[in-house]
Amino acid sequence: MTLRKLIHCALALSICFVGLAGLYLDLGAQFVGLAQILVYVGAVVILIVFAILLTRNDELPAPTKRTRLAGLGVSTVVFAVLAWAVTAGGALEGMAGTQPQASIKQIGGALMQRFVLPLEVVGLLLTAALIGAVVIAMEEKQRTR
Amino acid sequence: MLGEGIVKGLGETARNFFGSFVGKERLTTVQFPEERLIQPEATRVFPFLIYDTDDMEKGLRCVACKICEVECPPKCITIEKSTEKKPDYAGKPQFFPAKFDIDVSVCMSCQICVEVCPFEAIKMDTAFELSTDDRFGGLLWQKDRLAKPNAYYHTIHPTEAAAVDEELAEKKAKAEAKPAAPAANTGAAAVR
Amino acid sequence: MTQALDQIFVTFKHWAVFHSPAAFQPAVSVLLSIVPVLIIFPSLFAVTTILERKGLARIQNRYGPNRVGPFGLLQPLADGLKSLTKEDIVPRSADKLVHFAAPLLLVTTAFMEYAVLPVGRNMVLADMESGVLFFFAVSAAMELSIFMAGWSSRNKYSMLGAMRAVAQMISYEAPLILSSVAAVMAAGSLSTVTIVEKQAGYSGIWPHWYVLTPWGLGGFLLFMIAATAESNRSPFDLPEGESEIIAGYFTEYSGFKFALFFLGEYLGMFAISGLGITLFLGGWAAPFSFLTWIPSWIWFFGKLLALIAMFIWVRGTLPRLRMDQLMNFAWKFMLPMTLMVIFSAGLWRFLPQGVLRWVICAVPIAGLYVLLGRNLTSGQRLEKRTYGFAE
Repeated sequence: MTLRKLIHCALALSICFVGLAGLYLDLGAQFVGLAQILVYVGAVVILIVFAILLTRNDELPAPTKRTRLAGLGVSTVVFAVLAWAVTAGGALEGMAGTQPQASIKQIGGALMQRFVLPLEVVGLLLTAALIGAVVIAMEEKQRTR
Repeated sequence: MLGEGIVKGLGETARNFFGSFVGKERLTTVQFPEERLIQPEATRVFPFLIYDTDDMEKGLRCVACKICEVECPPKCITIEKSTEKKPDYAGKPQFFPAKFDIDVSVCMSCQICVEVCPFEAIKMDTAFELSTDDRFGGLLWQKDRLAKPNAYYHTIHPTEAAAVDEELAEKKAKAEAKPAAPAANTGAAAVR
Repeated sequence: MTQALDQIFVTFKHWAVFHSPAAFQPAVSVLLSIVPVLIIFPSLFAVTTILERKGLARIQNRYGPNRVGPFGLLQPLADGLKSLTKEDIVPRSADKLVHFAAPLLLVTTAFMEYAVLPVGRNMVLADMESGVLFFFAVSAAMELSIFMAGWSSRNKYSMLGAMRAVAQMISYEAPLILSSVAAVMAAGSLSTVTIVEKQAGYSGIWPHWYVLTPWGLGGFLLFMIAATAESNRSPFDLPEGESEIIAGYFTEYSGFKFALFFLGEYLGMFAISGLGITLFLGGWAAPFSFLTWIPSWIWFFGKLLALIAMFIWVRGTLPRLRMDQLMNFAWKFMLPMTLMVIFSAGLWRFLPQGVLRWVICAVPIAGLYVLLGRNLTSGQRLEKRTYGFAE
C-alpha cells in the first residue's frame, strides 16, 4: 500500500514467503519450510520479477489521502478476518500438544506408495506446461523471422 | 572425443605453472626499478650539446649558426648568439651561443636538429627517467644542463662517436693542410 | 593423542560453555560456533585472492603481485584498505534501499550456507535433518540478491548482466541438485553429517568415498561444473566478465560494497566446494586408512584448498563461454548426464559387490557421454584453424 514501485512490492512478497517458511520450520516441518524457500523465493519471486521487468510499467501515481484510507481499510478488514479464523478455529490450543512428526523418509514413502498416482499426474502436467511454453516461444521466434 | 581439448589445455597450463618456477626463460618480465631493458644503440630521447675538452665554455662545438633552431619542427630551440668570438676545434674564431634553450615538453625527438648540424655539435641523449615536479621551469633546459662532454657521448653511442671523431680529425687535418697549399700556389703564381 | 587433537575445538567449546555463567551459556555456545566461521572463511577469502592472482600469473608466464610484503603476500591487506577507503558512489537515480540491501543479502546468505558443512568430526554448526536441502534453499536466495543488485543500479548493462546471471544460475541449479541427489540416495539421508559418516569407513586401505564409484565420479564432475556456473566463475563468468559487459551487475558498486560482492561470491564458491567435498569426497575422512591420525579438520581444509586450486587452474585455462553455449551445455548435456548418474547410482545399490558392479554402472554413463558428445558437436565443424597472415 505504501510502496510505489512494483519491484518493491515483489521484494516485500519474497519477505512474506520467507516468513511463511519460518512458520513451517517452527512447526517442525523442515522439508516443507526449506522447499518453500527453494521454490517460492528461489523461483517464483524471480519469475514475478522477470515478468514485471519485461512488461513496461510506469510508477504508480502518488497515493492521495483517499487511497491511503481505502488501503488502510482493506488491510484492517483482511487482518480482522484472518485473526478471527485463527483464534476461533482452535489451532492455537493444539500447539502445546503433540506435533505430528513427518520426517522426510515418511514424506518420501508416502509419495511413492500412497500418493504415487497424484505424483505421476503432477509430473505429466508439469511436462505438458514445459512443452507448451517451449512451443509458444518457438512459434514467436518463427514469426519474428 | 568430447572434452579432449579441455584436458590438453589443462595439461598445457600446468606445464606453464610448474615450468615458471624452474625455467628462467619463461618469466620475461623486467621488474622496472630494479632491472632495465637493454636499449639499442640508436636510442634517442632528447638532444644535448657536446663540448670537446674538459672546459664547457671553451670546448663547446656549437657556433650558434641557428640552423637547428630554424629546422626544428615544433620550434623548441631558442638560441642567442654571443657578441664576441672564440676559437673552435680547428683554431678558427667562431661565435658561440650565449643562450641555448630547449623546451623539452615540446621536443618530439625527431632528430632533425642532429641531422642538419654541420658542426656535430648537437646529438641525441638516451636518458629517459626525467620526471620532474616543476612543470614550467623544470622542462626548459638551458645550456648548462644541455652541455655534456665528448666522453659521455662515447659511452652512450660508441660507434657513432668514433665515426664523428674520425670525421672531425680529418677535417682538422685538412684545415691545417690548407694554409700550406695556398702558400705553395701563390709561390707558383708569383713564379709565372 | 591424535583423538585429542582432532577434537580440540570441540573440547575447548565445551570447556568454555561449562565455565560461563548459566544465563549466558546459550549465547556463549552460539557465539563460539559462529565467530570462527566469520573469521576463518573471510581469511581464506583473503588468502585465495592472492593465491589466485599469483597462480594465474604463473600460468600466464609472469609474476603476480610481488611488491607488497614478501612475495606479495600482504597484497590482500592493501586491497582491503583500498576498498575501505574508496568513495562509496551511489547513482542518483538508483534505488537506494535495494542498492544497499543487495550486497548485504548476498553476504548473509553466503555465510548461512556454512551452517550445514561438517568441518570435522562432531564439528558442524547445525545438524539439520535436511541439511542439503537447506543449502540449496539458501543458494536460491543468493540469486535473488544478484538480481536486486542489477536492477537497483538503473543501468542497462547491470540489468542485462543481472538477468543473464539469474538465467545462468537457475539453469545450472537443476544439474547441481540432481547430481547431489545421487549421493543423497546412496547415503539414505539429507543430513550432511550422516552423508559424511557413511563415507568414513575403509575396506582395506581404500576409503568408501562416493567419488570412487562410477556414478560418484560422474556426479562429482557434474557437480563441480555446475558449482563453477553457480558461483559465476570462469569459464562461466559472462555476467561479470570485464570485457563483455563492463562488470555486469556490480558495475555501479564502488568501495566497500564492491568488496562485499567479491566476498559473497568467493564465500559462495567455498561453500559449494565444501558441499561437494561433503557429498562426494568424504568430508573430513582421510583418503587412506593409515592416514587417520591426521586431524579431520585438516583433511577438510586440505580438500577445500585442492578444489580451490582446481578452480584457479580451470580459470587460467578455459575461455569464457557465450550465453547460448552455456545454456545449451546445461540443458542438453548436463541434465541428461545427471539423470543417467542417478540411474547408475540406483543400479549400484542393488547389485552385489565386486568388479562387475563397477563395470555395469560405468557403462551407461560412459555410453551416454559418448553419444551426447557425438550428437551435440556434429553440427559444428571443429577443424584446425589456419592463419593466413601469421605464417
